[in-house]
Amino acid sequence: MDMVNLTIDGVQVSVPSTYTVLEAAREAGIKIPTLCYLKETNQIGACRVCLVEVEKARALAAACVQPVAEGMVVHTNSPKVRATRKNTLEMILSDHNVDCLSCIRNGNCELQKLAEEYGIRKVTFTGAKSSSIIDDKSFSIVRDSSKCVKCGRCVAACKEQSIGVLSFLNRGFETSVGPAYDISMADAPCIYCGQCIVSCPVGALYEKEDTEKVWDAINDPSKHVVMQVAPAVRAAIGEEFGLPIGTRATGKMFAAMKRLGADKVYDTNFAADLTIMEEGTELLNRIKNGGVLPMITSCSPGWIRFCEFYFPEFIPNLSSCKSPHEMEGAIIKSYYAQKNGIDPKDIVVVSVMPCTSKKSEAAREQLVNKDGLKDVDIVITTRELARMIKEAGLNFNSLPDEGPDQDLMGEYTGAGVIFGATGGVMEAALRTVADILEDKDLPEFEYQAVRGVEADVKEATVTLGGKDIKVAVAHSAAAARQLLTKIKNGEANDYAFIEIMGCSGGCVCGGGQPIVNAQDLMDIDLRAERAKALYEEDSIMPQRKSHKNSQINKLYEEFLGEPNGHLAHELLHTTYCKREVYPESVIE
Amino acid sequence: MSIIKLTPEEQATKLEAVLSKYRGQGQKALMASLQQAQEIYGYLPLPVQKKVAEALEVSVAEVYGVVSFYSFFSLKPKGEYAFNVCLGTACYVKGSQALLDKIEDCLGIKQGDVTEDTKFSISACRCVGACGLAPVVLVNDDVYGRLLPDEIPGIIAKYKEEA
Repeated sequence: MDMVNLTIDGVQVSVPSTYTVLEAAREAGIKIPTLCYLKETNQIGACRVCLVEVEKARALAAACVQPVAEGMVVHTNSPKVRATRKNTLEMILSDHNVDCLSCIRNGNCELQKLAEEYGIRKVTFTGAKSSSIIDDKSFSIVRDSSKCVKCGRCVAACKEQSIGVLSFLNRGFETSVGPAYDISMADAPCIYCGQCIVSCPVGALYEKEDTEKVWDAINDPSKHVVMQVAPAVRAAIGEEFGLPIGTRATGKMFAAMKRLGADKVYDTNFAADLTIMEEGTELLNRIKNGGVLPMITSCSPGWIRFCEFYFPEFIPNLSSCKSPHEMEGAIIKSYYAQKNGIDPKDIVVVSVMPCTSKKSEAAREQLVNKDGLKDVDIVITTRELARMIKEAGLNFNSLPDEGPDQDLMGEYTGAGVIFGATGGVMEAALRTVADILEDKDLPEFEYQAVRGVEADVKEATVTLGGKDIKVAVAHSAAAARQLLTKIKNGEANDYAFIEIMGCSGGCVCGGGQPIVNAQDLMDIDLRAERAKALYEEDSIMPQRKSHKNSQINKLYEEFLGEPNGHLAHELLHTTYCKREVYPESVIE
Repeated sequence: MSIIKLTPEEQATKLEAVLSKYRGQGQKALMASLQQAQEIYGYLPLPVQKKVAEALEVSVAEVYGVVSFYSFFSLKPKGEYAFNVCLGTACYVKGSQALLDKIEDCLGIKQGDVTEDTKFSISACRCVGACGLAPVVLVNDDVYGRLLPDEIPGIIAKYKEEA
């Protein structure tokens, strides 16, 4: 690799010639502030916060886009640089709703942090503010344009997902960010993955908050509240309490949830194991009976909406299995209710998810049972759970390690845990399907080929019952588009089973997870760090195959009958519908 | 640009021919396709933007973003006689705002709108490159330079007669 030598703040640096000044400075341990910059997603030099002085250059340069050059001399901290950055920040703040105390990003806002670092005491610019709206019509995502700094990070993230629901609209002072015609996110062809939220440096995009509903249910003595928590949550919630990225906080998470006052706390991993029993059986049946192949997983509601909007021809390929938390909800309101003698109408199921799309999923009319009850009543994100824990005054880091309640639905296997990482559902399914077909407890069950984040689309050939079958794993909507386009064009038609997740890295990097600031993201691959926590938990579980979950087996014996049987079908399977992108009715 | 009335079928065929040149080309073909699409339809309604987005493989929001950025593109149908008032620097200092006000007054509609009988519409633009004639008003392809507000009623009457 070609290296170039340059001097930054008097420090000699030798870096690859492809580096920007920002990257070179980072390597030299010199921090240059950023706002619109988001590694690999948005490098456009728009906000002018990262300006530096390059000797002999005509003007100040944006470090995030300025390539390094041999002999370059850079000053990141001259009076001119500091004054200009401060001026830029004041201009941004002059058209920003500085309602910081009541902002959802209070304490975790990149603009607030910059204002603090640059000692902004007063915004000297006054005058008109651009008009703004709050769009909170969708179940998942709220857009508050009064907070928007037009950095373009959400636009880039949405485009990176190959969806592009968010774009810059209009011009000049009237510029805003939103869907075409500035319609609500509720009417836009948005998959609610929430990658825009975790990309936003400020409080312009955030989840629709449902924590008050949870408190109300907990405080209502006539309600029996059952909380469940998805695998990916444990891999990230520690970040909200200052723990290092990648910390596995399973024990403290359960201890905290139990102290919030729910009647019961379960792990969605139980239903992940149940999903494997249903989905594995469905796959075997499709292969045996000449059903539609490849079968594609249905756990990710972002992916499901993507399929319904953009690839409806693949709806027959979707597994009819509900996603794990919906299955868990359905079992809580049937089996669990029966066993405990509780009227399902009095049960409130709360799902804690790493996902914003799950909020909209829970509202799907296909996920209402025959008595008119929703499988899941309230969905909160990892961030919302963290807020509830803070609000309850719990000292998360000093809580003891505890587990979920153990009765009826408390057990889970390592296979369930890895659902939260890309390739995890595939691996969990293969572990069970291979054992069933061979009728053995196979000692080799780690499928390394489907793990990892290096490739957006992973392929593997696995031997199941003496037969080779081809599988694929895609993570992110863009990867799904890439894979499905190949299949559509007849360039890949021999897959039997495909796992698709709407977010890159899988659920561990879902749109409901803690927000990591762009500076910290420069040094790590968040997807890999968080996934490690899940594979670690898998490796220490006494059972690591879903069909070894004794409570799942008991559930079938006592209640459901056979996997894919009549009752299982009624409670655990669902249907999908084609959706139109921007029907004309949305702009009327 | 004289307006040729096309049937919806003819419009669709023409648009299809335009888009077939640019299929799969993405962002870089966006301006050219939108310009030609507007020539066919007179404006860029949502269904046309969706067709362009689909052909070029860009999102509808991105297409709308470009359409709403450039004043040349219109989201509303233009009238048979489209008044376009130049508000560029030279025209503006020579009083084109007064011309715009007068046209709005005479036609009883605002900038960006079209009369109920779809005969007239008003839009404003930034510099048509005829600064020597400032202030300038275009009616379709007809150029009126060094205009005074008092001349507006006469111009409108002329097109009313033609219609």
